[in-house]
Amino acid sequence: MSYLRAFGHHLPPLSVSNDALEKRTGRVAASIEKTSGILERRYAAAEVAVADLGLAAANVCLQNAGLTAKDIGLILFSSGSAERAFPGPASVLAAKLGLTATPAIDIPIASAGSLIAIAFAADLAPRYGNVLVVASEIMSRRISDADPDTAILFGDGAGACIISPDDGFLRIADTALFTDGNYADALQLQHGGSIQMKGLDVIVQASRKIPRAVEDLLKKNYLAPSDVSVYLMHQANLNLIRKVATALKVPEDRFFRNIDRYGNTSSASLLIAASEWRVADPTPPTTPIVLATFGAGFNWGAVLALPA
Amino acid sequence: MSRQQGILKVIHAVSDLSTDPAPDESLFDSGTLDSFTLPDLVTGLEQEFNVKIPDADLVPERFDTVTKIEAYLDSRTN
Repeated sequence: MSYLRAFGHHLPPLSVSNDALEKRTGRVAASIEKTSGILERRYAAAEVAVADLGLAAANVCLQNAGLTAKDIGLILFSSGSAERAFPGPASVLAAKLGLTATPAIDIPIASAGSLIAIAFAADLAPRYGNVLVVASEIMSRRISDADPDTAILFGDGAGACIISPDDGFLRIADTALFTDGNYADALQLQHGGSIQMKGLDVIVQASRKIPRAVEDLLKKNYLAPSDVSVYLMHQANLNLIRKVATALKVPEDRFFRNIDRYGNTSSASLLIAASEWRVADPTPPTTPIVLATFGAGFNWGAVLALPA
Repeated sequence: MSRQQGILKVIHAVSDLSTDPAPDESLFDSGTLDSFTLPDLVTGLEQEFNVKIPDADLVPERFDTVTKIEAYLDSRTN
């Protein structure tokens, strides 16, 4: 048995508006909002590293959990925008937390990485103890203004959660993970390059695969989409979130949304959304919660959490 | 209802189109379909014609015109 014990998040202070992006990319600000639901996003300062954002989120999360770094048995760090191929930010974060012998593993698969880390952590917590899951992304350094369709979408930020073997406010009841490598080229970041995305492939496949993953996971646990009170989803595009809600036949307001303020922060977005949801409603959940994501790979999946 | 009429019914259900598109008119170039409405079109076709359309087949080239949709459905049902 594993539990969600706490969330935390951190956003860099610099906000970049659609008007600012219009000046840079030529994409009309109103069309950015219409096609994505994004009004602004945050960018990290030049001297800030992926591990730095992750550390800030981790510290908030540890404080919310009532834990210190020495209580962590394993770190899983999701990032698709790390500064170097290896070592990744996991080991750097561990060092910044003062941990010199705690395993710290990178999950470098971008958007779906945080959900995959949560799913892994749910299985690993009984063996390793408290698992610190961190997702941190500096996407603003991985975009090109010459590709406005992609550049307008992304922002920077970090989220974190603690998966505990013995204490928490939600029990992780089941997980479902999927990969289809036939779409590996549809969303990619080459070494030294900028993000390349075939938007139509991503939206079309996500629109079909996310609802199916959620429905199948719920059905396996004798639940229906209408039984779920809160959906915490990767904040990729507001129109995609609405489409998933429609496909599941649940009201849109059950889907927590902050994409208007932060844009798509890749793997960090799920944990930032979860953390803001928890801040907004710190009462013990009494109904099922679903986390869902989709991203490069393609990798996608869902996590079912039930009241503890 | 003919197959073409069924296709047009689904196209109208998922778009704002007020008139029938010509059989070989590009539904993507005309703005009738985009990345967000293509999944709706495919789901509508599955329900209208009782066929299962694999995710891998969800490419614009197969659904760009009424004629292409009809040919694709023929390939799925024959």
